[in-house]
Amino acid sequence: MKDTFDENNPRKAWMGLLAKAPDGRVAKLLDAAIQRPAFTWLRAPEVGSTMVRARMGGTGAPFNLGEITVTRCALMLEAGEIGHAYIQGRRKADAEAAALVDALMQTQAAKLLRASVLEPLEAEMTAAKAVRASKAAATKVDFFTMVRGED
Amino acid sequence: MYVAVKGGERAIENAHAWLAEERRGDTDVAELSIVQIREQLSLAVNRVMAEGSLYDPDLAALAIKQARGDLIEAIFLIRAYRTTLPRFGTSKPVETGTMACDRRISATFKDLPGGQVLGPTFDYTHRLLDFKLAAEGDLPEAPMREAQVGEVPHVTEFLNREGLIEEALHDDAPPPDLTREPLEMPAERALRLQALTRADEGFTLGLAYSTQRGYARNHAFVGELRIGSVPVEMHIPELGFAIDIGEVTLTECETVNQFKGSKTEPPQFTRGYGLVFGLNERKAISMALVDRALRWEELGEDNEGAPAQDAEFVLYHADNIQATGFLEHIKLPHYVDFQSELELVRKLRREAGASDVQEAAE
Repeated sequence: MKDTFDENNPRKAWMGLLAKAPDGRVAKLLDAAIQRPAFTWLRAPEVGSTMVRARMGGTGAPFNLGEITVTRCALMLEAGEIGHAYIQGRRKADAEAAALVDALMQTQAAKLLRASVLEPLEAEMTAAKAVRASKAAATKVDFFTMVRGED
Repeated sequence: MYVAVKGGERAIENAHAWLAEERRGDTDVAELSIVQIREQLSLAVNRVMAEGSLYDPDLAALAIKQARGDLIEAIFLIRAYRTTLPRFGTSKPVETGTMACDRRISATFKDLPGGQVLGPTFDYTHRLLDFKLAAEGDLPEAPMREAQVGEVPHVTEFLNREGLIEEALHDDAPPPDLTREPLEMPAERALRLQALTRADEGFTLGLAYSTQRGYARNHAFVGELRIGSVPVEMHIPELGFAIDIGEVTLTECETVNQFKGSKTEPPQFTRGYGLVFGLNERKAISMALVDRALRWEELGEDNEGAPAQDAEFVLYHADNIQATGFLEHIKLPHYVDFQSELELVRKLRREAGASDVQEAAE
């Protein structure tokens, strides 16, 4: 579903993946893969909120459910590539790492980063989801009919 | 005569210092960390996020620690913090139909696609104290079973196919936001739902229970209850497209209610809707019942004068921060007000006494 790479917009897919990564994970994978390049801030990391909307009855008209905390930033590499990050939570260091990956994915380092940051991240997150889904599946009720003892 | 006084700074400072000491408790006992609260008191964290109206488990855990476990005080801290945050934008409506469900049950259909998935529930526990938890110990791992792939459809869709239930029609008009504009009556359903999702759990539960006991009875079945995570997607103007910016755990309850029909609507089932941040099905079910009761007017039902039908009563008293703010302010100094009351009572007694004397003389 949404966690797989969208052929039509790979950037949308990787930014979504980076936003949902566990604390500190992107920075760790990034630093293991590559030395961080020099950059300048276009927007230093800042913490704010996003109002989350939902739909009445799941499908109807929208209403405001409540806010989530979000950290965002934007930076520019020396060659001019711009990286953005919008990630849930108050996580400035993670936002910086996510924006760096976003910028580097527009450079020749893209292939390396896909293999050493995005793919491992996606695999880990898919595995974590699969574990939860399997635990849920184990609590699924199997109904059986009791035979009525009338004869 | 009242004379203005100043003072109390030292008393207040010392009170706060003692509060900090009492919060910590016996220093021979290990101090609680924020992550311990987040991980092990997660339902308290969920409630603080829902009623604080800000989804951030670490902040909610911090608030609980600071408030010494007083959840309304913790919600107050979260609400106060929330007002300091610049708002970056608004998400697209979350798609609960694509939820990765930890739990999904229906009280109306036994065999339904996706099945009855109990999840990590308190239901069917014996409610006996488990003294094993008092001793530290390893815990067994939860069993696993191969999971089905594919989305889990909403139960109401089945009834919808037969046209037996009112439809929740898709619409994209931007909803009102009570964090931006004061809540005013009449409140449309979008506003009511926003107020209810952050309403006090106890108050909402009490009102919902009153509808079950006969005050605006609208016999509700839990058509579906689901708990799980959904991605939050927001349009980013500087990118020109929307991205997932995170993921939230939600509890959703859809009730299915009897409806005999009205002048404009045929007999069919109607719906109540509850959706709450985090894992809180008591609140989600309560919200759905109260939502349904408040819909009496649009469904052409009678106003029975029941509390749960009175939007003004419900919405103006459901917010525990407003309520506690007003309630608790009466313990703060009211020396001037009280002094004038005292003068008044003394004067009335003097007058009454004087007339008694006069009457006795006559």
